Amino acid sequence: MSLLSKKNMVFLKDPLMDNNPISTQVLGICSALAVTVQLQTAIVMSIAVISVISISNVLISLIRNKVPSNIRIIIELAIIASLVILVDQVLKAFLYDISKQLSVFVGLIITNCIVLGRAEAFALQNKPWPSFLDGVGNGLGYSMILIVVAFGRELLGSGTLFGFQVIPDAAYTAGYQNMGLMVLAPGAFILLGLIIWVQRTITGTVAD
Amino acid sequence: MANKPRITKAYTLGFAAAVTMVCSVLLASAATLLKERQDQNIQLDIKYNILSVLGLVESKDVEAQIIFDLYDDNVKTFVVDVEGNKVNDRKAEEIDPKTEPDLLPVYARQDGEVITAYCIPTQGKALWSTVKGYIALEQDLNTIKGITFYSHGETPGLGGEIDKEWFTSAFKGKTILNKAGEIVSVEIVKGKMRSDEKNSEHKVDGISGATLTTKGLNEFIKSTLEKYEPFFKTRRGGTS
Repeated sequence: MSLLSKKNMVFLKDPLMDNNPISTQVLGICSALAVTVQLQTAIVMSIAVISVISISNVLISLIRNKVPSNIRIIIELAIIASLVILVDQVLKAFLYDISKQLSVFVGLIITNCIVLGRAEAFALQNKPWPSFLDGVGNGLGYSMILIVVAFGRELLGSGTLFGFQVIPDAAYTAGYQNMGLMVLAPGAFILLGLIIWVQRTITGTVAD
Repeated sequence: MANKPRITKAYTLGFAAAVTMVCSVLLASAATLLKERQDQNIQLDIKYNILSVLGLVESKDVEAQIIFDLYDDNVKTFVVDVEGNKVNDRKAEEIDPKTEPDLLPVYARQDGEVITAYCIPTQGKALWSTVKGYIALEQDLNTIKGITFYSHGETPGLGGEIDKEWFTSAFKGKTILNKAGEIVSVEIVKGKMRSDEKNSEHKVDGISGATLTTKGLNEFIKSTLEKYEPFFKTRRGGTS
């Protein structure tokens, strides 16, 4: 069986659209609201989540036949927490300014239900390679939404993208104003709601 | 899923212990390896903030080494006490304002042998968090040269705007002494200043939606300036 066979690609693709962790399962909302004021922080957060979720899936999958089932959640959390602390330390060492902006939210990846959810629901029953793909897929699904929301919030809320001004000064002198609501959490809620609406119209998903 | 190990209590305990060991060794070594770099980042951030309020550096897009060199060459640090006397055996960098509130670090900008500006740390409670920053005063110890807030947990977009250039740049050129030479500090007003605002040399525009944050700022900036005033008096020649 090739590594990127059709069956394996499903693990990667499914969470991007049909089973997106944020827009379909509505998980991990807290951090999605907090770090999406700017694109830059959203992207760093995305990379952090993708690495944590894929590595934790692989590690948990590797030990899936050895874990005593009565303490499996604690073991999963210990592994996830260690990875998150590791990511936090690396950010502090190499991307200090961004880590200052992300502040507690890197640490809160530990409690992001997507990570533990994939460990429980997928990695415990599957081999390492599919688990890895599933982790990357779910991480990307999360990131996609995060980046779209951040794009909208930064553009409408601050008139910038990646910190560069994109709305011309002329527009401001003509009376254009940044939308203050977008830099606050409700702005993210509204955008997220719109995204879920659009996505469910396309995929035809209906909540039970 | 064959070969499930037989789960005994000893196995469970052993497994937990093994996972814990692996995780802790991993984290401990990562922390040790990265510590030097992290400390350097923190130092860099502090020194950058001091240099920027003292007007020695414009943007953060410079090499770390340049920041450290600029700091070493142009900033003279010392410690004073609340009476304004120099404390000779302490270093400004090692003062913790929490445990030693009566020791006051000063970061002075030196151009040649002359001190041309003074930078002092300030911190206090705003609405949600402790805000930390630096205030720089010109040689006359009356005019504000710059102000910066480098650490806070205020609401982004509202109180969080205090670290933005448009807000901090309004402090430049404001004065902290009234005509009689008494400390009046600088007050952040509620909303925008009126065009006929009285004493506008001691006031800056506020942030709409962040009145409580700026109220906190007003209080701790004033109390910091009052604390340093005895020292400032000695530098102003005690005449002002």
